[in-house]
Amino acid sequence: MKTLKDLEEIRKRTLDTINLRKDQSGTRIVVGMATCGIAAGARPVLLAIMEEVEKNDLSDVIVAQTGCIGMCKLEPIVEVYRPGEEKVTYVKMNPSKAKRVVNEHVMQGKVVQDYTIGAEE
Amino acid sequence: MKMYRSHIMICRGTGCTSSSSEQIAQEFEKQLKLHGIDEEVIVERTGCFGLCALGPIVIVYPEAAFYSLVKPEDVEEIVKEHLVKGRVVKRLLYAETIEEDRIKSLNQVNFYKKQVRVALRNCGIINPENIDEYIAFDGYKALARCLTELKPEEVIDIVKRSGLRGRGGAGFPTGLKWEFTAKAQGDMKYVCCNADEGDPGAFMDRSILEGDPHSVLEAMAIAGYAVGGSQGYIYVRAEYPIAVKRLSIAINQAREYGLLGKNILGTGFDFDIELRLGAGAFVCGEETALLASIEGQRGMPRPRPPFPANKGLFGKPTLLNNVETYANICPIINNGPEWFASMGTEKSKGTKVFALGGKINHTGLVEIPMGTTMREIIYEIGGGCPNGKAFKAAQTGGPSGGCIPADKIDVPIDYETLTALGSMMGSGGLIVMDEDNCMVDIAKFFLEFTVDESCGKCTPCREGTKRMLEILDRITKGKGQEGDIERLETLAKNIKASALCALGQTAPNPVLSTLQYFRDEYEAHIRDKKCPAGACQALLQYIIAEDKCKACGICAKQCPVSAISGKPKTPYVIDQGKCIKCGACLEKCPFKAISRG
Ligand SMILES: Cc1cc2nc3c(=O)[nH]c(=O)nc-3n(C[C@H](O)[C@H](O)[C@H](O)COP(=O)(O)O)c2cc1C
Ligand code: SF4
Ligand code: SF4
Ligand code: SF4
Ligand code: FES
Ligand code: FES
Repeated sequence: MKTLKDLEEIRKRTLDTINLRKDQSGTRIVVGMATCGIAAGARPVLLAIMEEVEKNDLSDVIVAQTGCIGMCKLEPIVEVYRPGEEKVTYVKMNPSKAKRVVNEHVMQGKVVQDYTIGAEE
Repeated sequence: MKMYRSHIMICRGTGCTSSSSEQIAQEFEKQLKLHGIDEEVIVERTGCFGLCALGPIVIVYPEAAFYSLVKPEDVEEIVKEHLVKGRVVKRLLYAETIEEDRIKSLNQVNFYKKQVRVALRNCGIINPENIDEYIAFDGYKALARCLTELKPEEVIDIVKRSGLRGRGGAGFPTGLKWEFTAKAQGDMKYVCCNADEGDPGAFMDRSILEGDPHSVLEAMAIAGYAVGGSQGYIYVRAEYPIAVKRLSIAINQAREYGLLGKNILGTGFDFDIELRLGAGAFVCGEETALLASIEGQRGMPRPRPPFPANKGLFGKPTLLNNVETYANICPIINNGPEWFASMGTEKSKGTKVFALGGKINHTGLVEIPMGTTMREIIYEIGGGCPNGKAFKAAQTGGPSGGCIPADKIDVPIDYETLTALGSMMGSGGLIVMDEDNCMVDIAKFFLEFTVDESCGKCTPCREGTKRMLEILDRITKGKGQEGDIERLETLAKNIKASALCALGQTAPNPVLSTLQYFRDEYEAHIRDKKCPAGACQALLQYIIAEDKCKACGICAKQCPVSAISGKPKTPYVIDQGKCIKCGACLEKCPFKAISRG
């Protein structure tokens, strides 16, 4: 039998894996959180993004996690999906870069070219 | 659950399943393995997305790429291009979701833009066979809150304040019904769910059960807590095998988690649910017949009162609600009654699910706030009538309802306005008719249905509807007589006044409503032996225009019954006695000399 606490744990754990499906009207920021992503420091990046989103009251922005994106050496990777725009992939992220992406790209629509995968290649 | 970079959501609702979506799901699994990315990408089977006409539908996240009319042979391309190389396969995207070559968000697509999904909130988003996904989107939170923070009276008060009314047809205030059942005296009480869904063309309840079965289970448990019941039954038709299977899985998973059964969440509250399969008789959807059928007796209505709230299943106080009614309960508890009551009109709160069918471009399932106009549903969401035909009327309320003619297209849809127009909300079937539909024929269609489904217990319904059908039948065959309209009206009045249950009492509605708005069509059939819409075969005539006929003889060769004769140089003629109105000659005449009228 599950307790209230168990339920809450299942909720959190499962939500992390599936909230990238929810509500497509706003911007979605997806963080790669597979083993290598986490090893490369994806968790502080995720936390920084969530903090920034909360601080600025971006209620229609969804922060979601995803698994292996297949580019382990470029982790941590963050993808930004703004409605009606091409996806932008940011690589080798850290918390301060992530904050800049939220402020400039998500809030003002200006892609931070320096951090994109294009700049890396 | 493991983290996957991409989620492939494949509709396994009844519509898409019948167009081989399971085969597509398996092909995806095979191709993902073949390309070595089956550890990174997950295939999920979901319930209906609503746009069944474009099925099979596949949505790929995180892009939310909406692929429509997917065929098994398209799968390899989607895997190779989209999932391996990250390039969306534009050719297969639902055209309306792309704008200037980019994917629009689904909420900006016409079909979804005006929709507000409350009862359908999880349909297409979660895997209905995985309770964890339901829990992730706030599942069982409402039940937990009720059991640990609210008294039964408080739960009832919340439902009352939300303004929720029954979605099964009659629109009775749900909170009041709960209160009556809670106050009824009895050592044992039952909580039942009506999933009989017998209206032709309706599949709202089926989609909820297929796409989000736990939303109904959780709400029933909350209802049990509120009214003091510990046993629930879901009466579902056996013709819904996918719904039955998903419900059984859901019940088992809920039991495993201790969310059904004894001592739920350690609070001391017991509640369990069993399924009862119905054979699919329309009358078994009527509440007293349904309860009789659960008891194992023949599904026949009995007079009320006593109402089920006082004397229902096995003579005990019983709460019966519709599937969609239950599906609204948890969001009401979670978001508050004020949130729910802020949607809709003065007396009709919240949203309503409709199954759009008939002459409409986007057949499928839509959920709209009460008060949305018929115009918004038909033109903005439904995309209008196919082939540029003119919209003529829409039938709501199925065989108990009536039609809304084109000139009433701007009225807001809620319980009151539909009733005032001579129709009713009903359970949510919405059948669209265009200029080619004959309204006498439509009335006949619904009456044929009720004649077939009448249980035969009382005479007005058993015999009266048959007499009405006979009259309609002869009108459509060009054998109508003066006085037939009046005869229909008298019969209708008598049946409405004397039938035992609502099946009989409402059976004349489609006739009365078409008479109210399209009386001239009835008159044209009876007096001029003409069907203005050109739908009644028996009243059609194929005629060769003498001045246009070049006597080529092509039509005569086409005619399957040799009804056309002629000689060179003189116009050909059709023998009306022999003609079976197949239309072959009209299509083939190179000089357009043949017309239908
Ligand atoms: C002939 C007939 C068929 C009915 N069929 C259904 C049905 O399929 N599903 C349903 O929920 N209610 C049906 N009803 C209405 C039920 O009797 C009952 O009012 C309803 O299930 C109550 O639930 P609600 O208050 O949540 O709407 C039918 C009524 C009649 C008279
Ligand atoms: S009205 Fe019709 S369906 Fe209802 S009890 Fe009478 S015969 Fe049966
Ligand atoms: S096909 Fe047309 S033109 Fe030729 S004989 Fe028939 S009606 Fe006349
Ligand atoms: S409608 Fe068919 S049956 Fe009638 S005359 Fe033309 S081809 Fe023959
Ligand atoms: S595990 Fe991170 S990209 Fe592969
Ligand atoms: S059954 Fe697939 S969209 Fe409705």
